[in-house]
Amino acid sequence: MPAPSPEFGGESQAPGSEYFPESDFLESGSMATELVGPGGIADGQVRELEGLHILDPDQVPADAIKKRLGLGFYISAGWVALVAIMAALAPYLPFLKNPSKVSSCLKCSASSAHWFGTDALGRDIFSRIVWGGRVSLTVGVTSIIFGLIFGGIIGLVAGFIRGRTEGFLMGCMDVLLAFPALLLALAIITFSGNNTVWVISLAIGVGAIAPIARLVRASTLITGGKEFVLASRTLGASQARIIVREILPNVVLPVLSFAIIGVAVAIVAEGGLPSWACPSLRPPPPGAA
Amino acid sequence: MRFVRKKVTQLLLVLLAVTFLSFLMINLLPGDPAQVICGISCDQAGLDQTREDLGLNDPIPVRYVNWLKDALTGDMGSSAINKQPVSDAIKERLPVTLELLIYSQFIALVVAIPLGLIAAQRSGGIFDRVSTTVAFGLLAIPSFVVAIVLILIFAVNLGWFPAVGFVPFTENPAENIRYLFLPALSLAVAELAVYMRLLRTDLISTLQEDYITMAKAKGISSRRVLMRHAFRPSTFSLITVAGLNFGRLIGGAFIIEVIFALNGIGRYIVTSILSRDYIPVQGGVVVVAVAYVLINFCIDMLYAVIDPRIRHARAIA
Repeated sequence: MPAPSPEFGGESQAPGSEYFPESDFLESGSMATELVGPGGIADGQVRELEGLHILDPDQVPADAIKKRLGLGFYISAGWVALVAIMAALAPYLPFLKNPSKVSSCLKCSASSAHWFGTDALGRDIFSRIVWGGRVSLTVGVTSIIFGLIFGGIIGLVAGFIRGRTEGFLMGCMDVLLAFPALLLALAIITFSGNNTVWVISLAIGVGAIAPIARLVRASTLITGGKEFVLASRTLGASQARIIVREILPNVVLPVLSFAIIGVAVAIVAEGGLPSWACPSLRPPPPGAA
Repeated sequence: MRFVRKKVTQLLLVLLAVTFLSFLMINLLPGDPAQVICGISCDQAGLDQTREDLGLNDPIPVRYVNWLKDALTGDMGSSAINKQPVSDAIKERLPVTLELLIYSQFIALVVAIPLGLIAAQRSGGIFDRVSTTVAFGLLAIPSFVVAIVLILIFAVNLGWFPAVGFVPFTENPAENIRYLFLPALSLAVAELAVYMRLLRTDLISTLQEDYITMAKAKGISSRRVLMRHAFRPSTFSLITVAGLNFGRLIGGAFIIEVIFALNGIGRYIVTSILSRDYIPVQGGVVVVAVAYVLINFCIDMLYAVIDPRIRHARAIA
């Protein structure tokens, strides 16, 4: 893969320029020119723009459009949606019971009163699953978002700037990978002294940084060698602009598919943490409201 | 040779960084090692004395260098709780974890490679689609659930394998395999799904290369093309991921070790963390990190064995 020419190596960027890339080289008359004008626009709109850019038909491989989404897709998507909606609405669903409320019915089998039966303390298992799902989903998504932010930035910078920066950043990632992830997670939880959802997400998310950084770097290297990046550079686009407008949209797709699987991995990882560290597995004291 | 030298330097740097970071982290954790060693009924004078004896009053970098000096001579300190030297504990526990991992990788590869080959040969066919679905199903089940279900079926209901326990390989190899079969299988289930998918994907792209068309044009049977021409260059991702898994599981198989009551490294580290016994944690981290880095190194070397093109590229560079 060709390295970026040295004249781009030391170019300094005005603060905030990544949000307001120079618009001079955009095709005149495009919606983007109007929105990313020198007047500046809100962050949210820039993100929407990026969204449009990702969904641009040219960016999506042709066969991905032609391929029909089969029945399997709708079943899976429907199930995920059902779980997510149930978890999100758990406090408002009338058929859910208080997950820590004990009843006189100990270890009952499934019935109309207790859909999945009750546990040894008489708590409704179905309600406990739904409430536990809230924790699992939050931890899964938050930890991967955390990994995406840090891993993504590190990978983009390493893959684009190359040279010593890349060596240093990837060396750090090697150290992080060699470090036992479990120990790191336990250490973060123990050190912070509490085991809220956010701390656990952080603890698991740290483990996601290095793999994501590696993937982003690899995708950045591949994209960085493509002709349209060279074209953009030839037109005099700034480094920040090339990263945000040319490279990022091409890196997002593979990374996103990795990240979605990562959510599932993170949920399983959270289930594997020792129960004292893990809020969804820790049984509340009997009789607690 | 230049490549090997560069890699060895890198390896040493990573090891230094990992050991220093873990040392730092363990020292930042709440809990006082002196309190653990001296006991609960220890007074202030006793605590100070213990700290002095342990060298805990020195600054962290000094303590790290002291620890490193001792570790290089094989002395990694000893547990504050049962006074067992860390190096002895590791000598005792590392074989358990290694045997477990070798068996699980063996099971995973032996099942995954033929399935991947068949799936890739007729990609999009009925076998490919069924195996894909099954693979995703297996991936979705956490290993601790697999372990409990396997115990229920094979240990409790059928009584074919013991549910817990361990017999050293040197004492009785057959019993050793029998005891480790269920834990190894629990680890292998999710891995074989990943391995199968990786091999299948790589094989399909290899099969589109020109030299495969060439081999077919020469009239070589498709079976032989698959085995002799396509298989070897398609094993890169498989070897990488299998190696990384192995490295990750040396410290990360603790759930399985706990369920099957195996005295492995992962369990050693976790119980030490939980009892605030930090010297064994440090030793365990070193073992895991060394193993991880060494495995990565071996994978890099294996690339050159698999693909002569890499060997030539390295020789030129």
